Amino acid sequence: MATNLSPENHLDRLDRRSFIKTTAAGGAALLIGFHLPARATDPAQAQEKPPVNPLNAWVRITPDNHVTLILGKSEMGQGVMTALPMILAEELCLDWKQVKIEQAPTNPKIYDHGTGGSGSIEGSWLPLRQAGAAAREMLIAAAAKKWEVTPDTCKAQNGRIVHGHPERSFSYGELAAEASQLPIPNLKEVPLKNSNDFTIVGHDTRRVEGAAKANGSAKFGIDSRPAGLLYAVIARCPVFEGKVASFDAAKAKAVPGVRDVVQIEISGRGASTTGGVAVVADNSWAAIQGRKALQVKWDEGPAANESSEELHKQFLENAAKPGKVLRNDGDADATLASASKKIEAVYELPFAAHVCMEPMNCTVHIQADRAEAWVPTQGPQWAQGVIAQIAKLPPESVTVHTTLMGGGFGRRYQADFVMEAAKVALAAGKPVMVLWTREDDMQHDFYRPASYHKLQGALDANGKLAAWKHFQTSTSIAAKWSEKGADDPGLGEFGTGATIPYATPNIRIEYTLAHSSAPRAWWRSVEHSSSGFVMESFIDELAASPGQDPLAFRLKLLGDSRKIPQFGEDPKDNPPLDTARLKGVLQLVADKAAWGTPLPGGEGRGIAGFFSFFTYVAAVAEVSVRSGNLQVKRLVCAVDCGRAVNPNGVRAQVESAAIYALTATLKDAITIERGRIVQANFNDYEMIRMKEAPPIEVHIVQSTEMPTGIGEPTVPVIAPAICNAIFDATRKSQKPLRLRRLPIRSEDLA
Amino acid sequence: MAISFTLNGKSQSVDVSPEMPLLWVLRDTLNMTGTKFGCGMALCGACTVHIDGTATRSCITPISSVAGKKVTTIEGLSTDGSHPVQQAWIEEDVPQCGYCQSGQIMSAVALLAKKPNPTDADIDSAMSGNICRCGTYQRIRKAIHRAAGAKA
Repeated sequence: MATNLSPENHLDRLDRRSFIKTTAAGGAALLIGFHLPARATDPAQAQEKPPVNPLNAWVRITPDNHVTLILGKSEMGQGVMTALPMILAEELCLDWKQVKIEQAPTNPKIYDHGTGGSGSIEGSWLPLRQAGAAAREMLIAAAAKKWEVTPDTCKAQNGRIVHGHPERSFSYGELAAEASQLPIPNLKEVPLKNSNDFTIVGHDTRRVEGAAKANGSAKFGIDSRPAGLLYAVIARCPVFEGKVASFDAAKAKAVPGVRDVVQIEISGRGASTTGGVAVVADNSWAAIQGRKALQVKWDEGPAANESSEELHKQFLENAAKPGKVLRNDGDADATLASASKKIEAVYELPFAAHVCMEPMNCTVHIQADRAEAWVPTQGPQWAQGVIAQIAKLPPESVTVHTTLMGGGFGRRYQADFVMEAAKVALAAGKPVMVLWTREDDMQHDFYRPASYHKLQGALDANGKLAAWKHFQTSTSIAAKWSEKGADDPGLGEFGTGATIPYATPNIRIEYTLAHSSAPRAWWRSVEHSSSGFVMESFIDELAASPGQDPLAFRLKLLGDSRKIPQFGEDPKDNPPLDTARLKGVLQLVADKAAWGTPLPGGEGRGIAGFFSFFTYVAAVAEVSVRSGNLQVKRLVCAVDCGRAVNPNGVRAQVESAAIYALTATLKDAITIERGRIVQANFNDYEMIRMKEAPPIEVHIVQSTEMPTGIGEPTVPVIAPAICNAIFDATRKSQKPLRLRRLPIRSEDLA
Repeated sequence: MAISFTLNGKSQSVDVSPEMPLLWVLRDTLNMTGTKFGCGMALCGACTVHIDGTATRSCITPISSVAGKKVTTIEGLSTDGSHPVQQAWIEEDVPQCGYCQSGQIMSAVALLAKKPNPTDADIDSAMSGNICRCGTYQRIRKAIHRAAGAKA
């Protein structure tokens, strides 16, 4: 059991271990299945799973030739329900229009369910090709047997196996029953299609559930309606780590429709749920009204005085002292001390909430010998483990239906909302949906850490980067998840921000943990959201110091094409940062955005490029800054995510991540007062809306490299591109604006 | 006391608390889950339905105020998803998570009923009450223009 987890390593190490041990407040240990997306290159994956029959696990074909492809990951809007079956269909030589898609049953012995880390396509690419190819070879073998010919004289074509001249053929439906009884080919040796023959992969494809999402029939977790369903909402302590002191349910029970009021205890270190009082009713409205009438006295606990102001003071105190040294190449301190000109800047980012449009919810029915649950989750195997533990059932007796999710962004990897629902369902003895209101969702999230960064850099006489020093203090994710007292090195708070692509002999990276009771976890792009902002803002400041063009300066410092191992990561699982590909997206985006051409007064362009989730993204923002008003007029993005399985889906994810990041750049911060999250709903935690959404252009690098992540890696480049554009728009004015704190506030532009 | 109204062209009667918002009557009483809960404060538009043809946030609309009126939900736009706005949504591949899209489509249909050929400014004005956390705004704009038969 690792007690020393950085978020990145957390994903990888947990993947291998398949579980995390969390400690309940009462001291009882709880084992939770936690299988995150495996890397395709990870040999552990193949070892963990016994061979499965692909003509059952991955494709089901009826005798009347209905073909169903199985989706082993969770669909939260990122498009895996389309892109992953495309890979299977390609190797199976199917007509895409004929296939249906079905969500896999929750069975971690067969499927790597965990959906996150932008890892679904990358981790499934090879296994799904192999599974599809194995199924195809089994169908060919069955046909060859029937015709009494050798398999190499038969081929798969558009859902049929064909042979000879004149051509004869069988539909897959005519072969499936027999084929499924044949030996399963060795996956490592099964022939894969030549990519030149791809007819599905690499072609723009609309999402398979698009029509259901346009006519209201798509079922999200919140739409689960098992017979006899009751609805519950939970009153939770507004202060993290607080608990119920006492409560009076009389007035709540007097609300028409309220059935019961039950207390649930705090449980699970990772599950941040503070425990609370559940109001169970005939419908959601009655439950919400019942909770309003409920009287609860809270024991607010040790965090009752916490505030964002106090956290900022912690940051300043931490930044005044050296941090723990995480990387030390050469001698950055000495170089900085002797540099004729050095640049120093501090950057700060707040807590950020996920804000899925579908608030958290979970529906559970626990019976004596089995349980059934409908869960909008990125980790159904974890949900299964949690429900099994609470219901005191073996996991195999818990059926978890993974529903469509109204957004995930990392929030739905948590099992807090599952644990609560299981506890309420156990108490109710009936199927119960625990529904979170928007306020619950915003105030009981697992937030992107708040962080503070001090950057120092120096250029030598030739304009080369002489030293790079990055000090960070933050409320780390690892500190939230590690065992109490575990040493948190903090490297996970940097991500690829610790792998400096800009050539320099002197690098120093330091970290100091800051303390907060607010739960933290994986928010779209995780630590890269801060690292990308800091690195790509600071490199722009370095470029500006001798007045160089920000693009030319970056390209010069990236230097000759190099492959840089990711700092602190196992090279076996983590391909190196390829500066040629980073330069490639920077140059592509610059070309497409007409970098260097004149703009009207008060307007500017900013550029940023970053490598995360094994993908390279660069963006150019065009802004206007006039009379203190900022308008983002246009975003141009270039991405190199290797082979684009579904280019339409890639574009959609880049557009989506850009808007997500724009909200974090321009809108509100999550803040804490008296131990409470201040923001509660869309009036005080605003989202980018239609009228503020700029046009977004997406350019995809044509590539035959291994496909890599696309859901997240656009997020890190948006804030720096915008802030750099604001500088460009104002640099010739009396007051050039270098914005180093997110979100951008109106007073920053005055 | 029973409250009667017309729901997607058929008469409907419900016996619920008169203050209960239409959203929860649709979702929990009638199990019509196409209309979504997003904020409960008319801030996000996920719950948008038409009442007598006007786009309305059902999460703050007491069921008593709907008595005798005509309510249309996403399920009532067409029987087979063939409404031109729904078709445009599919063509432009608008939805990502899709959770907000019922509300987006209801707002767009109401806009097009009033302005068959909306400008970008009309779209900004009519659609800015609907939040999409997946950021599909650019595709929504294109789909509205497509549905209007205008060039995007």
